[in-house]
Amino acid sequence: MTAPEAPSLGLGSGNAFVVELEQFTGPLDLLLHLLREEQIEISDIPIARIADQFLRVIHELGLNQAADYLEMASRLVRLKAQMLLPRPGDEEGWEDPRAELVRRLLEYQHIKEIALWMDRMADRRSLRMPRGYLPPPPELPPPPLTLDLLEVLGAVERVIAGILHPVMHSVVARPLNVEAATGRIQALLAERDEISWAEALGPAPSITDVLSTLLALLEMARRGQLVVRQPAPFTPLVIRREPALAAD
Amino acid sequence: MNPLSQLIEAALFSAARPLTLEELNDLDPDVSLAEVRAAVDQLREHYDFDGHGVEVVELGGGFQILTRPALASALERARVAQRSSRLTAAMLETLAVIAYRQPVGRAEIEDIRGVSGAGVLRTLQERGLIEVVGRSEGMGRPLLYGTTPLFLELLGIADLGNLPRADEFAIALQPPTPTVSPDSDAAAYVEADA
Repeated sequence: MTAPEAPSLGLGSGNAFVVELEQFTGPLDLLLHLLREEQIEISDIPIARIADQFLRVIHELGLNQAADYLEMASRLVRLKAQMLLPRPGDEEGWEDPRAELVRRLLEYQHIKEIALWMDRMADRRSLRMPRGYLPPPPELPPPPLTLDLLEVLGAVERVIAGILHPVMHSVVARPLNVEAATGRIQALLAERDEISWAEALGPAPSITDVLSTLLALLEMARRGQLVVRQPAPFTPLVIRREPALAAD
Repeated sequence: MNPLSQLIEAALFSAARPLTLEELNDLDPDVSLAEVRAAVDQLREHYDFDGHGVEVVELGGGFQILTRPALASALERARVAQRSSRLTAAMLETLAVIAYRQPVGRAEIEDIRGVSGAGVLRTLQERGLIEVVGRSEGMGRPLLYGTTPLFLELLGIADLGNLPRADEFAIALQPPTPTVSPDSDAAAYVEADA
């Protein structure tokens, strides 16, 4: 009774074990079915006969690997043995070993009656349609979703294979050299009052040279060492030394 | 029809779910609950008397406008509406145990059914027919389940009191074993419906 999700779990080591449970919802259901078929009173079950039949049926239906059915089978076999034991002289003191089984069967039969009543009620209720019909959602695969390791690894590989060009990014330590750019501009301005943006950049500038030069210019302009001017939109910048520098 | 009945008709029409008397009373706070009840009855009689295709049904703790059962097959044939799918035998048995034993833990359900059924409980929970209503005082404090208003709606009954009494069935059910402390709300709930 404690095995998880039986009888959908197989005890066998081979193939996955699946039981179609359309016919019986459990061992008690099967037992009730056998009793009804034989027209036997629940209160006086011929245990030996029913136990044999139960074992035969679960074997035929392939249910003999399902924990719930196996548990009931072992219970019946034990009862069968107990019924064979000699009873004490007086019938009064004899405790029927079947009592617990009978109680459970009666209780279960009651639940089945209620379930049947509920089914009829739900069926009748479903004839009354509410407003706002929504199509029923598509059938989902039964939870829990079971994957084995190989399937998961396979999926990961497919995802990785789907990435065509992995984005690589190389990191360069301190790519900007503002000090060198500042020195270059100062040297140029020491010779002339005015230089162009292209001259400030130096020959064959890389993108980091451009950025270094720009930062150097901005910093020097902030300190008042030079003035950056653009005569007209989109024309080259003109860098002019501030008179203060000449005074130094 | 009086204005209150009209208002209630509009509310029941626009809400695609059962509305409780209290919710209907919010439409006009100046009237009493009894007046709302009377107006609901008037609306119901109006639909019945004039032979409308819809009717006012009391279910799931409230009222809802539903189509008449006799029209179901035509509606389904024309694909205007669809009947909800039937529950499986395992689901119905589990619901039956929970409805009569709530609040009840998984172990007791499995014991009565003779089947281990975590999957069934999960499915019923996903469909909103049962919910966790507390924890048992017993070993490991297992979860206790109870039915939801949606369960009442499924059966088309107003409240748990409309379930047939256990002794109306051929065989009497064992009295429930106390699994919760007596002061628990859930326990009082069961006693009220016993």
